[in-house]
Amino acid sequence: MLSRSPARTDEVIFRIGTGAFAVLLIAIVVGIAFALIKESWLSIVHFGWSFWQTDVWDPVAGEFGARPFIWGTLYSSLVAMLISTPIALGIAIFISELAPSSMQRPLVFLTELLAAIPSIVYGLWGIFVLVPAVRQLQVMTPEWLKAVPLFSGPPLGIGMLSAALILAIMVIPFSSAVAREVLKAVPQSQREGAYALGATRWEAIRMALFYARTGIIGAIMLGFGRALGETMAVTMVIGNSPQIALSLYAPQYTMAAVLANEFAEATSDLYVHALVEIGLVLFVVTLIINGLSRMLIWSMGRQRRPQNVAPVPARARSAA
Amino acid sequence: MTRDRWRRALSHLIVVLCGVSVILALIPLALVLFYVLAQGITSLNLAFFTEMPRPVGETGGGMANSIAGSVLVICLGAIFAIPVGIMSGIYAAEYAGTRLAGAVRFAADTLNGVPSIVIGVFVYTIAVLPFRRFSALAGGLALGVMMIPLIMRTTEELLKLVPSTLHEGALALGATRARAVFTVVVPAALPGIVTGILLALARIAGETAPLLFTALNNQFWTTDVLQPISTLTVQVFVYASSPYADWHRQAWAGALVLVSLVLLCSLLARVATARMEKLHRG
Repeated sequence: MLSRSPARTDEVIFRIGTGAFAVLLIAIVVGIAFALIKESWLSIVHFGWSFWQTDVWDPVAGEFGARPFIWGTLYSSLVAMLISTPIALGIAIFISELAPSSMQRPLVFLTELLAAIPSIVYGLWGIFVLVPAVRQLQVMTPEWLKAVPLFSGPPLGIGMLSAALILAIMVIPFSSAVAREVLKAVPQSQREGAYALGATRWEAIRMALFYARTGIIGAIMLGFGRALGETMAVTMVIGNSPQIALSLYAPQYTMAAVLANEFAEATSDLYVHALVEIGLVLFVVTLIINGLSRMLIWSMGRQRRPQNVAPVPARARSAA
Repeated sequence: MTRDRWRRALSHLIVVLCGVSVILALIPLALVLFYVLAQGITSLNLAFFTEMPRPVGETGGGMANSIAGSVLVICLGAIFAIPVGIMSGIYAAEYAGTRLAGAVRFAADTLNGVPSIVIGVFVYTIAVLPFRRFSALAGGLALGVMMIPLIMRTTEELLKLVPSTLHEGALALGATRARAVFTVVVPAALPGIVTGILLALARIAGETAPLLFTALNNQFWTTDVLQPISTLTVQVFVYASSPYADWHRQAWAGALVLVSLVLLCSLLARVATARMEKLHRG
């Protein structure tokens, strides 16, 4: 007994020592929620629900309504998803199902590169290259199209369309990477079965997509979560004007962008608390979206496990 | 017969569309890289690295203070994140089945999805507000918080890759668990962990949002961690939003430096991974 006890204390110290850092990591996440609630309390109590139902954001007059930011964030992210989802899926299908194996690695590398470029660089490029191009496009809008609310307004270049485009570019690598992994997890037998029944290439791919549907939805949602929180590039091209407009040409504002622009200069306590409340909601929303998408992707991974003939030990599996 | 032809045509069409979508994604990548390189290289010179910013109207000058500030803030972030990331990763790998390990894994994944601007707000409330002062330290803390989950997850994954026989062999020789982990298991996984840290650095080196109201900005040269400090990313943001052509030039040069830095980190990580793979196979 006595001879074993030093080893045991050693073990206890090791466990507590490393465990303390694990607890610290958890404390950070809990701390974020706690700190955001504490520093937005004034605004939560003062405005209640009306904070999210008011359209006027006028810090000088002390009026804080966050609806334009919710609108701008959701609108820009949704349009970005409409643009990026087909492209991201196309890339995932191309890399995992169609490309010869010699092309796969370079293509994966290139899409990863798309994700590695910093947001601020996208923003800079957006201001000086994308926005002028979008403005040209808007100038060329035919008259009949201008009557549609979606395309009305002066051709500023800066605005919702530029923001959604740049978001789409930035989200593509995330969605396509996860979708690719999910497709890879589809058993080969699914495709072989389809081909054996005389399916064309697309029909076999459709089988794989159907098999992987939960994971694919998860991949798209993961991209959506990214788009909601994306800050710098959007801030630089969306025009930063707190208004609710349907037009893709109109300058608008997002939750992340208002934080980036106004936080350091917020003067009154109520102003700061109102901004932190926007941050709090952004935190909660991305938490929910990411949680759901992880659940979907994870359930996809579980679904195929029973089909393995013999249970493979965890270490061997991850080494393979 | 016609139905068959239609099915085949559709199949071909989809295959082509998938190829087109790859091209559609690569066009912006090529455009961004092209403009950063073309605009950056003409603006980049030695002065950019060695001189301080000049006031509006005077051309020339550089971003020496911002570059030094970025390096300082990133180092501070790494100092915060590496111990927390590695130690919690060790815990999650060693006590994989425990409830705490599950919780820390969940927390890391959650933290990984938190928008960087929200992390900025969080660090503002804990490191700026109480001291009534923006500081390089707060900026470092914000970047550190972003790095922790990345380092934790790679550490955990790589420790699990180390053959259990090594671990058990050390224990059989009478080593305590701590000794087995720190002298046998962790060194075996070290190249991979270093790769993970490099990738995490590449991820946060280009971050702007969490620095906007933690490190803030500074016109002057400083290495005082308790003072606001200029960073490359925030400075590029300021210059890009300004109306001055010379500042735009500087912003492009800054972007080129940033992109090179990020690519260098990814490339180093890639080389390290390739070497790791060779080691594992050999």
